[in-house]
Amino acid sequence: MNWARLLRRSVPYLFTAPYFIWFGIFGLFPIIYAFYLSLHHQVGFVAERSFVGFQNYIDLVLDERFRHSLWNTTYYGLGSILIILPVALLLALALHSPGLRFKGAFRIAFFLPLLTSSVVVAVIFGLVFDTRYGLLNNYIVEPLGIERISWLQDGNFVIPSLVLMGLWKWTGINSLYYLAGLQNAVKDIEEAARIDGAGHWAVFRYVTFPQIRPVILFTVILAIIGSYNLFAEPYLMLSNSGDRGLMSMVYLFNNAFGFAKFTYASAMGYVLFFIILALSVAQLRIFRVFKD
Amino acid sequence: MVRSPEEDRRTAATGAAGQVYEPLVPKDTWQAVLSSMRRRSRSIILFLLLTAAAFLTFVPFAYMLSSSLKRRDEIYSVPVRWIPSELEPLNYVRLFEEIPFARQYLNSAVIAFVVVVSVLFFSSLAGFAFAKYQFRFKNEMFLFVLATMMIPIQVQLVPLYLVVNSLGWLDTYQGVFAPQIMSAFGIFLMRQMMLSIPDEILDAARVDGASEVGIFRHIAIPMTRAGFLVLGLLTVLTSWNDYLWPVIVLRSGDMLTVPLGLAALINVYRVEYGMVLAGSTLAMVPVVAMFVIFNRHFVEGLTSGAVKF
Repeated sequence: MNWARLLRRSVPYLFTAPYFIWFGIFGLFPIIYAFYLSLHHQVGFVAERSFVGFQNYIDLVLDERFRHSLWNTTYYGLGSILIILPVALLLALALHSPGLRFKGAFRIAFFLPLLTSSVVVAVIFGLVFDTRYGLLNNYIVEPLGIERISWLQDGNFVIPSLVLMGLWKWTGINSLYYLAGLQNAVKDIEEAARIDGAGHWAVFRYVTFPQIRPVILFTVILAIIGSYNLFAEPYLMLSNSGDRGLMSMVYLFNNAFGFAKFTYASAMGYVLFFIILALSVAQLRIFRVFKD
Repeated sequence: MVRSPEEDRRTAATGAAGQVYEPLVPKDTWQAVLSSMRRRSRSIILFLLLTAAAFLTFVPFAYMLSSSLKRRDEIYSVPVRWIPSELEPLNYVRLFEEIPFARQYLNSAVIAFVVVVSVLFFSSLAGFAFAKYQFRFKNEMFLFVLATMMIPIQVQLVPLYLVVNSLGWLDTYQGVFAPQIMSAFGIFLMRQMMLSIPDEILDAARVDGASEVGIFRHIAIPMTRAGFLVLGLLTVLTSWNDYLWPVIVLRSGDMLTVPLGLAALINVYRVEYGMVLAGSTLAMVPVVAMFVIFNRHFVEGLTSGAVKF
């Protein structure tokens, strides 16, 4: 075999090699190292590292703040699935309706929040939610005759505030996902159903919905992952709220980079990894059951 | 027969299928008028609702822009003064004088540039290989790439920090961009784009004596410009707005990126809302400009994952 041919056959390996090498260093190694760390105990850089087995995982289960952060994350996740996604779907259906004018302009308007850095979102919504000067209390809550709400301090409102902010930020992109799904759906079936006398709801429920179900599944999984990844907004906006709005990502960050508990935070990373994985798999299952 | 121009257009657009409608149009003119009115009023209500929603979406931006031009006492005035009594560029001036904002802007730009060039290059290279070559373990390798997309950041954060630390890369550009210069999603997207290149063209080039690298440069890249644009836009957006990883790596004021510099303004002794909002406005300029220019590509890129799911 000559050199030229050997070189030619190795081309696809050479082209894909950079990714695998990079992943080895910045992906695979950290994952393995994280597991190693999670079985040890060490605080800071100088302290001695000692093997403790699964002690960190046991501590996590017993850690009330960790459980609280999981509850908050779940609460926020449920809020986004039950509020943001249905609103996004309605928005998509509205944007999809034939004969609507300025469709492009609407799309741009609902897209803008997505371009905004979460730091900027935290800044703006810190002001929107402000008890005394905030837009929400002054323009919506008070005019309705309700007493001012301490959005970011009152334990009952901290997570709903985050969901409200999520509604502002994530409705647009989710409705664009749905819109893409609707535009890909086969129109003939809808037309046929309508001609056969099916009402709007029936057409949606039995014809349109099944066709966009994969997109819905996709957005639900993204919403769950998103709730576990939510960081900058609660970290910056809720710095004075104590643990009332403690999200799992913030708790992990504080343990790792605030208290330098690298081993404990590694174990937490693994637990969160498995929770996210389990939830995604469960989603896939549930949606499959609905299909049958 | 009363029909709105919209309906006519629709009938014309649906072509043959539209013909089916014809006998269904009610003979009774009054009924037709009524149903047309109902349909029209519904679309007006829809339009108004959407306008209200768009307005609510826009309010926070208007608030940001207007408050960034206000004196400190006016920022807190209730009711809100949407148009400041005098337009004050003071907050913008202070931003450049009191913190190294220009430098931070440059930092963000440098990091975004390195990340986008690298992601585009390596994603298209690997995407090309996965789309247009036959080789052993190809499917296994591609599945592996897809699987790496599922790994959540939580599990990597701490060890990645320790890796970057032991490389001595804390508070450096490379510390920020090293874990971001490749993208499994990018490979997935570019492979999708490269699949549509006809094999005949590649074979013809080979017969003409072109090297594989030459084929990639002169055929594959030019033929998938749209993919480059989509992936490039998404990558720049993500990198420009990123907070979590840079805040772990970067320390000194001169190295911070724009989001970090703004966040630092929130955390200091007294929140300088005027300056923060001025900075927020400036931070949005490049991404909004990009979005306005490439609106369609943005939407296409972001939704490409959902439809193919």
